[in-house]
Amino acid sequence: MEILEQLTFLERGVIAGIIIGFLSPLIGAFLLVRRMTIISEGLSHITLTGITAGIFMSQSAFWLGPVNPLYTGLLFSLAGSLLVEKLRQIYKDFQELAIPIILSTGIGMSAILISLVQSSYTEWYSYLFGSIVTVTLSDLFFIVITGIVTVVILAGFYKELLSISFDQEFAVTSGISVKKINFLFSLLIALVITMSIKVVGILLVGAMVTLPVAASIQFAKSFRQVIFFGILFGEISVIGGIVTSYYLNIATGGMIVVCGVTILVVSIVVQRIIVRLRKTV
Amino acid sequence: MKKERHPLAIDVEGVSFAYNQRNVLEGIHLKIPQGSFLGIVGPNGSGKSTLIKSILGLLKPNEGTVKLFGEEINKFDSWSRIGFVSQKANSFNSGFPATVFEVVSMGLFGKIGLFRFMTKKYKQKVYEAVKQVGMEEYLSENIGQLSGGQQQRVFIARALVSDPDLLILDEPTVGVDAKSVRNFYTMLKKLNNEKGITLVLVTHDIGAMSEYVTEVACLNKCLHFHGNKETFENKKEEMMSAMYGHDVNLLEHNHEHDHHHHDHDHDDVWRDKQ
Repeated sequence: MEILEQLTFLERGVIAGIIIGFLSPLIGAFLLVRRMTIISEGLSHITLTGITAGIFMSQSAFWLGPVNPLYTGLLFSLAGSLLVEKLRQIYKDFQELAIPIILSTGIGMSAILISLVQSSYTEWYSYLFGSIVTVTLSDLFFIVITGIVTVVILAGFYKELLSISFDQEFAVTSGISVKKINFLFSLLIALVITMSIKVVGILLVGAMVTLPVAASIQFAKSFRQVIFFGILFGEISVIGGIVTSYYLNIATGGMIVVCGVTILVVSIVVQRIIVRLRKTV
Repeated sequence: MKKERHPLAIDVEGVSFAYNQRNVLEGIHLKIPQGSFLGIVGPNGSGKSTLIKSILGLLKPNEGTVKLFGEEINKFDSWSRIGFVSQKANSFNSGFPATVFEVVSMGLFGKIGLFRFMTKKYKQKVYEAVKQVGMEEYLSENIGQLSGGQQQRVFIARALVSDPDLLILDEPTVGVDAKSVRNFYTMLKKLNNEKGITLVLVTHDIGAMSEYVTEVACLNKCLHFHGNKETFENKKEEMMSAMYGHDVNLLEHNHEHDHHHHDHDHDDVWRDKQ
């Protein structure tokens, strides 16, 4: 961890970006096949509530000392993730309801907390739209640790997650505990959403989870290919976005999203051309 | 590791099930010995799928117990001995980006265990299962691009790859063309004869199935009949009018079995004649 301390702010941002560019499409691939990509929007907003709660606590409860608000963000994100699961069970026939419920709850509570704390406009701006220059050493620690946890969980449960995503009933009859795996999946989503917030921003977190896999599914034949190309596109978007935003001095999150959208458009166009060529041959 | 051989693959005792206070299954007793090929027939909404789901532990019955290979369902953990092909296999998300190889591999995931990956040995098993259903040319094809019959074969391979002793199929031929259905049943028969796999097949297509099975069970809320196929052939009409109502005759006559008409069988189990 000492190595991390010697990094410049730009290097910190790049490392954080590379970790996020790798993990977001990985989780995104599972969200895609489960038709749950929209969950990232709901959770990012409830994470904002957690972050504002963290800042509020540091300001009003001095005895706690400074707490990196990302940790409270993670707690809220996890609670939101589990609540979404619960709401989806309660509204079995209207599962999409879970997202707007969580999303509006998140924004509503954030609005209240933001009005209570004293923070500069720029601080909120960096949470909303992401900025690599504000990735502190403590943020980077958070991202590295949650990244390692995510990788370990995914390595352990990749097969089980895939089986459940494809066919839940079959997964049960092959001896997989759906409840446990779904809980871990909720945890994974919360981890990835929270770790992305500093770099990509709350309003744009959904993009990293969605855009790379939306592009890769255009021509991926297998689930492995969805993940492989998803990660490739994710990394290109993140690195491209960081570099251009740094030199042009504009919002990092915005540039990452623009890169992701460009890749998506190109892959749709290329795929169409390929299909047309095949037809004429 | 196989546990000691229990004579019954499935033992259903007094199972009742209700959805929202409406009875779907009433007092079902069903013993299925190892090595048999049982066809469960009944009209739509007769509780066939509910019974299968109770047998597999996917649904918890309100009353009664289910045992698999002599072990209570909630304690049962040898899931690799069970292969399941569900009705829903026909309506899975066809856009799912998975190859035939990936789908069949899923049949091994419960067996391989956490933090472990597909080794050469397991990959070999996948190839064998795919070959068994004659789909080896399609290994790297996308599952969504295959025809209904081909998809069904892949799902059979997924169920077979863990070397199960019991294969349960819920309406596996829905949406599959007539010729493929015939090939499909022939393949099942072969699995039953050559590998001694116990088969339980749920269908509403009595005509196609009756050539292949050894035992028949008729279900409509209650179990109206369970016995060997010959007995079933003799009592077919009676059974059908009991199950489907008197005016409906959904049967195709199967002349092959007409000569059995005179010997009254001894081992037929009648339950709950209405």
